[in-house]
Amino acid sequence: MSPSVTPATDNRPDSGADLLLPVPDDDGAPFWEYAARGELRVQACSGCDELRFPPRPCCPHCQSFAAHWQRMSGRGRIWSYVLPHPPLLPAYAALPGYNAIVVELADAPRIRLVGNLVTAADAPLNSVEPARLRIGAPVRAAFHTMPGGVTVPRWLLERP
Amino acid sequence: MGATLKDATAIAGIGQTPFAKQLPASEKALACRAIVAALDDAGIAASEVDAFASYTMEETDEVEMAKAIGAGDVTHFSKVGYGGGGSCATVAHLAAAIATGQASVGVAWRSRKRGSGPRPWKNTQVQLPTPGQWTRPFGLLRPADEIGMLARRYMHEYGATRDHLFNVALACRNRANQNPAAIMYERPLTREMYMTARWISEPLCLFDNCLETDGALACVVVSAERARDCRQRPVYVHSAAQGLPAQHHGMVNYWNDDPLTGPAWTAARQLWKGADLGPQDVDVAQIYDAFTPLIPLSLEGYGFCGRGEGAAFTEGGALEIGGRLPLNTGGGGLSEAYVHGFNLITEGVKQLRGTSTAQVPDAATCLVTAGEGVPTSALLLRS
Repeated sequence: MSPSVTPATDNRPDSGADLLLPVPDDDGAPFWEYAARGELRVQACSGCDELRFPPRPCCPHCQSFAAHWQRMSGRGRIWSYVLPHPPLLPAYAALPGYNAIVVELADAPRIRLVGNLVTAADAPLNSVEPARLRIGAPVRAAFHTMPGGVTVPRWLLERP
Repeated sequence: MGATLKDATAIAGIGQTPFAKQLPASEKALACRAIVAALDDAGIAASEVDAFASYTMEETDEVEMAKAIGAGDVTHFSKVGYGGGGSCATVAHLAAAIATGQASVGVAWRSRKRGSGPRPWKNTQVQLPTPGQWTRPFGLLRPADEIGMLARRYMHEYGATRDHLFNVALACRNRANQNPAAIMYERPLTREMYMTARWISEPLCLFDNCLETDGALACVVVSAERARDCRQRPVYVHSAAQGLPAQHHGMVNYWNDDPLTGPAWTAARQLWKGADLGPQDVDVAQIYDAFTPLIPLSLEGYGFCGRGEGAAFTEGGALEIGGRLPLNTGGGGLSEAYVHGFNLITEGVKQLRGTSTAQVPDAATCLVTAGEGVPTSALLLRS
């Protein structure tokens, strides 16, 4: 494979193979770099301290171009969730009953991240019984390194 | 005082191809058929067309169309973004161009082979216009998943239930059952069918999702004065609006401060500002229905009820013929055809001509909306 091409999927036959990998853009790249270190960080304006998500070059509040990445506690609550069913990409169809959730961060409730609720950082996307999903349930971030070497945040129930 | 859009222009012609899961003709051929039919409906020669408007996701473009149908010199052309959010804006752009003298005969069209074409979520190499890096790795793959997320939150906050979503699906299906052109003609829907249907993205089931359809539609816009000399009764563009709210994120509005007030709210403020009428004056509505939850969200946004009251609004047959607000009287995207909402525009015209297959008696005003959940647009039509 040409080193200049970023694969959109990972093809190794491990658990989680063929799940889509994030394709970072310039603004989003630091999020994934911090995630690889096990840190959940959100872009913040260096001018007015407002957090913003998704990342972008300019602060919508004060138009400053100076930004830094603020570390979050990793705690949050389930804001909403869905249980996708086929037709799906094959890697996701192979995980029946998997969930996708939106988490609102405890430190910044207007910052909401899409993720998955799992029983352990490296557990499959369908490891939590769907009946356990509940809006408002407290969750905390854990970090999972996907087969392609990219680390993504996942979410664990605070009261499993 | 500038030029005003209010009743300055009218839709003088409409045209469409058959709708089917799979049509053999190319998108270009289908587009030509729809445009030629719309011009014939209006009684206007193709050589008079000098304006074109369509969607950015349209596979055919104005250069091809102008040449193919035999248009004359074209002086206005416009493409509107965001998929189904662009439908009403195509007419709005033509109306603005004609009202300000930039053109005299405009054609808006949509040709689509969604029924036999690729599914967007299967394309893993391309990041969709939504910021895919934040959603797709987690298996939030399809528009149904993205809207399902909003729907679950809406149900949680306001006590909306699957029965409310069924009310929406049923109203559209009942109207399609009256419309021989609809994919779901003579295919009734029952509550049991709905409640036992397979899930697509819980809380959304099969019948909460629009169809996948091949087909093309078009309409012709001219000045109000010109329209009065055309073959059909004019349908005036009374007001038109686009809406992209502050801090909006297409399809995944949960990064907005207030995720349950989507683009409908922004478009509605502009629409009513430019109108002599209000929501209480609307006789029939064609509201974009790629997914059933978009209807309660839109009912709130366009002011038919208060915030959080959209689900309850659907109760008691309110969306049926004879109800408080008859909805999607051709069957809509859920049951007539999913052609990025263009069939809602042509159905609005049919209602105001008095020629709908599910005619609302004496309908004189019709709201037509484009996709909610993406930057959107709307039209208020009157006879």
